[in-house]
Amino acid sequence: MSLQIPALVLAVVGRDLRLAVRHGADTLGAVLFFVLAGALFPLALGPSPDLLRRMAPGIVWVCALLAALLPLDRLFGSELEDGSLDQLMLTGLPPSLVALAKMAAHWLTTGLPLLFAAGPLAIMLGLPAPVLPVLLTGLLLGTLVLSLIGGMAASVVLGARRGGVLLPLLVLPLATPALIFGAAALDAAQTGLSWQPDLELLGAFLAAALPLCPLAAGAGLRAAVE
Amino acid sequence: MLDVENISVFRGERLVLDGVGLALDAGDALLLTGPNGAGKSTLLRVLAGLRKPEGGHVLWAGIDALADRTAHAARVAYLGHQDALKAGLTLRENLLLAARAAGSDPDEAMAALDLSGLSDLPARMLSAGQKRRAALARVMLARAPLWLLDEPSLGLDSRAIGLLEGLFRTHRDTGGIVIATTHVPLPLAHPKSLILPDLNDAARDGARASLDDVT
Repeated sequence: MSLQIPALVLAVVGRDLRLAVRHGADTLGAVLFFVLAGALFPLALGPSPDLLRRMAPGIVWVCALLAALLPLDRLFGSELEDGSLDQLMLTGLPPSLVALAKMAAHWLTTGLPLLFAAGPLAIMLGLPAPVLPVLLTGLLLGTLVLSLIGGMAASVVLGARRGGVLLPLLVLPLATPALIFGAAALDAAQTGLSWQPDLELLGAFLAAALPLCPLAAGAGLRAAVE
Repeated sequence: MLDVENISVFRGERLVLDGVGLALDAGDALLLTGPNGAGKSTLLRVLAGLRKPEGGHVLWAGIDALADRTAHAARVAYLGHQDALKAGLTLRENLLLAARAAGSDPDEAMAALDLSGLSDLPARMLSAGQKRRAALARVMLARAPLWLLDEPSLGLDSRAIGLLEGLFRTHRDTGGIVIATTHVPLPLAHPKSLILPDLNDAARDGARASLDDVT
């Protein structure tokens, strides 16, 4: 039984990935939103390269944060509506691992594509090439944190009326530290300061979220099927 | 094998189950009937470990089943109101997770429910009856001793009801228990029967859930 658990978690992730491929337009939506929202800033702020380069870290991070929010209300919502959540709870996995599998699927279908799109967007905004590795490392940690916190919030508001409205109100404050550290690391790298401490703090945030968020989300799922 | 004692459940401030008890042995079948809103589905969800009752115990072979609900999940195959199929996945892919969880063969279950020819069709192309059969195939795949079925014959044609009869017989012959809610006769031989009263009326009459044999 215990040997079977990792295989079952992978099976849940695999099922979600297969669903994401079948509904390709929904999956790409978050990335397209990220690129489009990022592309609006030069139009609104004017084409001054200095200004854009200065603002690029903040723009990329805020857009990534908002884009990661988009698919969250469907993450568990669609499972609850069609009864699949009952079946997921009865696969023999602890609820927290069901939640972890769904969070992993959210990262693979939203966080990972955002990483690929972030490079081109950052270059478009004039972020210097040597800073890109810092951006991508930060976003790697940051998107993982967002999937964990987002999944937790999505399970907590599951079944609530107007859950979709509640969701950003829950996620955004909790995700603020990730945003601050991530953007600060980029700022530091651009001005030639040490960026490691910021990324280390981001890593510490991830290390705390990794066990805590699935536990909270598991409790949320239990409550939602009652 | 399955002993349920004194189950009480509130929904909001309304009492839906009041002191429900039942006892079933291996190979038994129980039909849950009663008016709409009497708590039939709620009782099934309690027995599946999806919902904690406000009072009472569910004992499986003498052990409190709801103390470890994740372990209890391995004993249960649950069929809800909804078929829980993903429209975008093929029939086979829909059954894959349940098959993986129990280490069973999806092709065998699909064959048993006459679904083999449909295995590569997306679930959205299936009719209501075919979806119900697919959900029943998942119940079979779980290889669990306790089948909890919420109106299993919903949308099934007479041929599928015949298949269902065979499934029930095999399951009970191998020591399985079937508990089903229904409003129509089900192809179950010698079922026990539990009639749940609507507690809004019952409050007036002092009626309680009664377990009797209708063999």
